[in-house]
Amino acid sequence: MASSANPTLPSAGTTVAKVTSRVALVGNPNTGKSTLFNALAGMNVRTGNYAGVTIEKKIGRCDLGGSDSSGDRRVIDLVDLPGTYSLAPRSPDELVAVEVLTGDVESESPIDVIVCVVNATVLQRNLFLVSQVLELGKPTIIALNMIDTADARGFVIDVDQLSKNLGVPVVCTSASRRTGIADLKSAIRGELEQADSESVQMSKRDRPLPSEFYEVCDELRSELVSRACTTESLSQRAAAESVLPDQYLIERMLLDRGGEAERRAVRSLGAAVLPAISAAREKLAEKVGDPIDMECSARYSWAARSLQDVVSTKLAKPRNATDWLDAVLTHRVVGLVCFFAMMFLIFQCIYSFSSYPMDAIEYGTGLVSDWVTAIVPPGMLRSLLVDGVIAGVGGVLIFLPQIALLFFFLALLEDCGYMARAAFLVDRVMTLFGLSGKSFLPMMSSFACAVPGVMATRVIENRRDRFATIMVAPLMSCSARLPVYLLLIGAFIPSASYVGGFMSTQALVLMAMYLVGVVVAIPVAWLLKRTLLRGEVAPFVLELPEYKVPSASVLFSRVWEASKAFVVRAGTMIFAASIVIWFAGFWPGDHSRQFEIERELERLESIQVAASESPASELAAEPEIVTESPELDEIAAKIETLEAEHRVLSASLLENSALGHIGHVIAPVVKPLGWDWRIGVGAVASFPAREVIIATLGTIYSLGGDVDEEDEGLMSALRASKWPDGRPVFTVPVALSIMVFFALCAQCVSTLLVIKRETNSWFWPVLSFSYMTVLAYFGAMLTYQVGTRFF
Amino acid sequence: MTTLDQLQPGQMAKIVRIDGFDGIASRLREMGFVPGQSVQFLRSAPLGDPLKCSVQGSRIAVRCGEARRVYIEPIAEPALVS
Repeated sequence: MASSANPTLPSAGTTVAKVTSRVALVGNPNTGKSTLFNALAGMNVRTGNYAGVTIEKKIGRCDLGGSDSSGDRRVIDLVDLPGTYSLAPRSPDELVAVEVLTGDVESESPIDVIVCVVNATVLQRNLFLVSQVLELGKPTIIALNMIDTADARGFVIDVDQLSKNLGVPVVCTSASRRTGIADLKSAIRGELEQADSESVQMSKRDRPLPSEFYEVCDELRSELVSRACTTESLSQRAAAESVLPDQYLIERMLLDRGGEAERRAVRSLGAAVLPAISAAREKLAEKVGDPIDMECSARYSWAARSLQDVVSTKLAKPRNATDWLDAVLTHRVVGLVCFFAMMFLIFQCIYSFSSYPMDAIEYGTGLVSDWVTAIVPPGMLRSLLVDGVIAGVGGVLIFLPQIALLFFFLALLEDCGYMARAAFLVDRVMTLFGLSGKSFLPMMSSFACAVPGVMATRVIENRRDRFATIMVAPLMSCSARLPVYLLLIGAFIPSASYVGGFMSTQALVLMAMYLVGVVVAIPVAWLLKRTLLRGEVAPFVLELPEYKVPSASVLFSRVWEASKAFVVRAGTMIFAASIVIWFAGFWPGDHSRQFEIERELERLESIQVAASESPASELAAEPEIVTESPELDEIAAKIETLEAEHRVLSASLLENSALGHIGHVIAPVVKPLGWDWRIGVGAVASFPAREVIIATLGTIYSLGGDVDEEDEGLMSALRASKWPDGRPVFTVPVALSIMVFFALCAQCVSTLLVIKRETNSWFWPVLSFSYMTVLAYFGAMLTYQVGTRFF
Repeated sequence: MTTLDQLQPGQMAKIVRIDGFDGIASRLREMGFVPGQSVQFLRSAPLGDPLKCSVQGSRIAVRCGEARRVYIEPIAEPALVS
């Protein structure tokens, strides 16, 4: 896919690639901007954040092909900004988007060309944003996207006329069908070359707002300059001018009451500018009426003027596929049935399709583990590699298929346009808990992993709604909790089945664990919206885009990015945590006898294997084996003794290790939960990441780290473990209490770090960690105390 | 003159004004709710809120609370496609 768009860097040919320019993509949401970005940049994409704010930027390399006058290939950096309806900055995030376009971001070189992506089917609405983009005064190209859909709907668009009316190049594209991409590239090339050859004085375009507005703007500008400098000296005047924001931001300062441009002016120039701004607003109101009303009507009439003689329709407004589908999918009854069926189907698919790749990964991890065991002799290094690194990282990688599948389905629903309908359907219910329909997608994502879930809250503009969603997203049962559930359910919940095997107790318990988080999230969100995040009900205005066939490249890149992020996380954080836990369980203590036993065991086992593999007929020819064959029983007995000694020794080493000491300190704390010190250690050890519990339990139950939730060894070790008085440690209430603890706790450093990044404060991650840990503790205690009454 | 939330499914109207100058009023304006434009009420969500309407060729969902800020003049005949 995207082979034509994939840049070859550096080029294999004779010409040398050079990156000289930055091109920004802007546009309304649902204009196919991401698909166009992928078509232009291929897979050569990196994402990043602007320092201090949560706006996500995607940067891709795009080879424009050909060669310019100097014989070099022209390669550009393509900056994809989040979809927006307007360039009026109301939040710091939106301000960053504007500053990227105006070139006010200090750390980055300015944008050379703006490509404004518009949806050809709702051209007039999209021209609102175009009118603001044109005012930035940068070389601009209009990508008239979804032209095929517009064509099918009977719109006839005179592109030349539109280009003439707007005064900028207009290129027809259909990003999903990959048509018009080459034209767009050459248009970008053209604009860049024009900018190269002459320092262009931007041709005066038809300015959308009344001339009075620009007059007042100029007055405000000189007023601000004279306030900023005390003397009339030219040099000071120039310095004051350089402090002033871009002309566009001065315009926004005037237009947006309480907007971000105004706030920034106050920050950089002092509160004294406020009277000047209000005076200018009053003057403007006298001349042309209220600024906001004036702006809207001026821009829309500009849009109508620009579309004169441009759009005609062949058909009288046809009822299109989207309306037909919506009649079903947003129906009061049928719509809800479809909604639940779809959710069920997704979870079903995730579980059924992921088992094969999961088995493959498990097998692969086993192979690596065996290989390391074979080449590294028993000792500290092998223990670190096998019990620490491979067990830790392998135990986490196994969830990659499920995560990839969940992301695939989420991307599918979103890209085809259904997610907005889901938000529409559930909004009323979500408002009861103080959330909104827009919280639905982030919460769904959190079932895979809270990290992308928290990041997906960016679709919620309202700060209070967004933070409330961020706070409850980690309660959704993510895939890292699944192994804990599977291990404990497998070991302790009887597999009785009802309704002809359709429902089993094990499945019911698993479902209950998933529900615990959802059910707890409701009062938490409700409480937050009435305390810390109190405020008016946030508005809900959501565009329901046209249904469309999802773009393979978008799906692929979303799944790829999510999988890559997950593997990196497993490869770094879990890797580090595994080593720390391994070390705490290993040190202090003299392991020489343990390794001696391991060496001896391996020697004996290899003899056993050699003997069993040699056919009886060959035995006669191999005297040394013949002499040993009578001792085979003896060897087996010796292996058993050594294994028993190894178990006891490992257990005592662990108990006297740093981890064991910690365990004994926390033992009284976890006693009310029905846990012994080993479970307590497991829970503490897995504070960085829940997945670690499996490897830790494995280590603790002296089986080494190479156990997973399917491992009969760990399951039976859990079943066999006893309190000093001989009672079994694990009972059904204890297993349930552990599961409830893991369902509610915030044991995930990545999530907490992402919360820090997204809220830009330490308060929220600390709060979510504290409240979830308290909830988990008391939830587990309640489960155990109530459970013991029944079992 | 009435407000957007008072329309019947399928009914069309002409927007007269939007109440207020805060963020949400600006958002409504940016998304096409401007005086003079026609708006069609399409249907409401399963529990009666939010509402789905069509304005300037796009489908927008708004809650009843927001819809009450959109003042309209119902029109009997379907307006011409803008």
